[in-house]
Amino acid sequence: MATRMTESDALLGLTREELAEMLRWMILGRRFEEKAAEMYQVGEIGGFCHLYIGQEAVAVGAISPLRPDDYVITAYRDHVHALVRGMDPNAIMAELFGRVGGSSKGKGGSMHLFDRTKNFLGGHAIVGGHLPIAIGVGYAIRYRDSDAVCVCFLGDSVVNVGAFNESLNISALFKLPVVFVIENNQYGMGTAVHRAAAIRNLADRACAYEGMQGWTIDGMDVLEVRKAVEVAVERARTHKLPSLIEANCYRFVGHSMSDPNYGHYRTKEEVSHYRLTEDPIKQFIETLKKHSLISDGDVNQIEHEVKAIVTESVQYAKQSPLPQPEELYADIYAGEYPDVRRRDPWR
Amino acid sequence: MAVTTYREALNQALREEMERDPDIFLMGEEVGAYQGAYKISRGLLEEFGEWRVRDVPIAELAFTGLGVGAAMVGLRPVIEFMTWSFALLAIDGIVNAAAKMRYMSGGQFKIPVTFRGPSGAANQLAATHSQALDAWYAHVPGLKVIAPATARDAKGLLKTAIRDDDPVVFLEGELLYAMKDDVPEDEDFLIPLSVSDIKRSGSDVTIVAHSRPLHAALKAAEILQQQHGISAEVIDPRTLRPMDTDTIVESVRKTNRCVIVEEGWPVCGIGAQVVDDIQREAFDDLDAPILRVTGADAPQPYSRDLEQISFPQADYIVTAARQVCYQE
Repeated sequence: MATRMTESDALLGLTREELAEMLRWMILGRRFEEKAAEMYQVGEIGGFCHLYIGQEAVAVGAISPLRPDDYVITAYRDHVHALVRGMDPNAIMAELFGRVGGSSKGKGGSMHLFDRTKNFLGGHAIVGGHLPIAIGVGYAIRYRDSDAVCVCFLGDSVVNVGAFNESLNISALFKLPVVFVIENNQYGMGTAVHRAAAIRNLADRACAYEGMQGWTIDGMDVLEVRKAVEVAVERARTHKLPSLIEANCYRFVGHSMSDPNYGHYRTKEEVSHYRLTEDPIKQFIETLKKHSLISDGDVNQIEHEVKAIVTESVQYAKQSPLPQPEELYADIYAGEYPDVRRRDPWR
Repeated sequence: MAVTTYREALNQALREEMERDPDIFLMGEEVGAYQGAYKISRGLLEEFGEWRVRDVPIAELAFTGLGVGAAMVGLRPVIEFMTWSFALLAIDGIVNAAAKMRYMSGGQFKIPVTFRGPSGAANQLAATHSQALDAWYAHVPGLKVIAPATARDAKGLLKTAIRDDDPVVFLEGELLYAMKDDVPEDEDFLIPLSVSDIKRSGSDVTIVAHSRPLHAALKAAEILQQQHGISAEVIDPRTLRPMDTDTIVESVRKTNRCVIVEEGWPVCGIGAQVVDDIQREAFDDLDAPILRVTGADAPQPYSRDLEQISFPQADYIVTAARQVCYQE
């Protein structure tokens, strides 16, 4: 499916604790999304809700090597990036529920998660719209002579958007410490990548920008993702060079909650194949077992802990109040919002 | 005070603010080595260096969002569009990103970015380079929109815009850059946003106008006084969003008549909103329907005479004012 950059068997010199922590994040991501689907089906969550099930290796592999002063920005399939970056699961679930305890007080929803304290900059819902923002973060890092980096996740369809070329060009031109991670889950909504992009390996687009390096990697292998991102982060931190990583992965579920897992644009057999043979969590558990670093008991323990976190997030979200009407006109301007009440006496 | 051009007033505002606050940077096409397509940034690259005065490729969408991203992490970018017509390529960054980030994040992120550049009528630049899209931006909650008509206002309002914690759309009059005015040289000279300015006092009719048409309105007021015995009060809202409508309504309560002038197209224009505010607040004070004088409801033509009649001219304003005074 992809050219391998490293032998992930090397375990990257990570300790057992670090590896177990990565597995824990992946399982938390999976179970959180399964619970979100359940809550959507019972009507607690509305609107567009894009689940990350199947792609956990990308967010975990790419975010786990980062420092607290680094930045993470992503698109609308953002729940798991937010979790792995350390955002409070309760605040995420409450946001999905549209409650005041949510990260945006219930005003952002699934596609607009933010946490300023974690340098998690969203949660952006216009395809390609956040790449310009990411280079602005990179610009600010250079402006302040910091050695932080910005990791920007994007979907495969973004490589065909004008903002992609504009942003990658500027990132290379100004030498901005930005790592672009394409999550190629093989479909932009229902359009297969090869029906949208006139290029085989999306990371080959990097050759258009001097100083940028591109890799196509197996995004179902969390260690391979981590290894590639570590290399790219080092290039950014030390040499101020941007990188473009294409992590080939697969979404096990529909594009959003309104899209069935298979049907018009992909077959049941294709989805089953990936679920059975490519599941990033199963693969990682097998790798860790092969190195005798983890037992079934350890996995069960993680599952147990994760279940408690997810259950608590739902309890928290359910008891969190709905926003009061005055929230409608709050957070629009820094100061007061003159005239709005005069023009709208009914709400 | 010194007699200063609108162009030089903007340059002073930028220089003074950049000297005051190291978090402010200017970015745009040709702002550095070229000294600005309209020379607003003359000398700034030499004074502040390339990280603070940054030339960018022709990539409006990217450098607009770049400003938003830099603002999210604490800088105060000033993003120059070579003209606001080119900002059409970047409208996602202004409307979806800059305007809504504070709201979508539940108040976690402020976006202190200033988007500025020439707007409105230009000399024979035709349909794609000559237009006033003020109303588009004024439509959007989360944006502040400013359109100064004089050098003094340009300086005082740009300084305030840069210091403001919200995203500001700052519309400079392309045909106003050479216009001169008394401008304070004081570094602390600031004009507050959302304060309308009475540019000429009068008692018979209120004329509301912003940006370049303000000067047509002032000319019309003079003609009305000299030739028709009508005393016009001319009010420049200066900030289009959030607009100080109190000053306008108060004037209409006094004059009982109103003409609203703008360079943009009439349908859903700035004046349409002002009419709505006036009729709600001062319906019983009106002695005549409010009239609007706008740019022609057509793309900007190239040919000079045709172009001239497409602008809101002083004689159209005179006619409208006489109509609301029932002289015609």
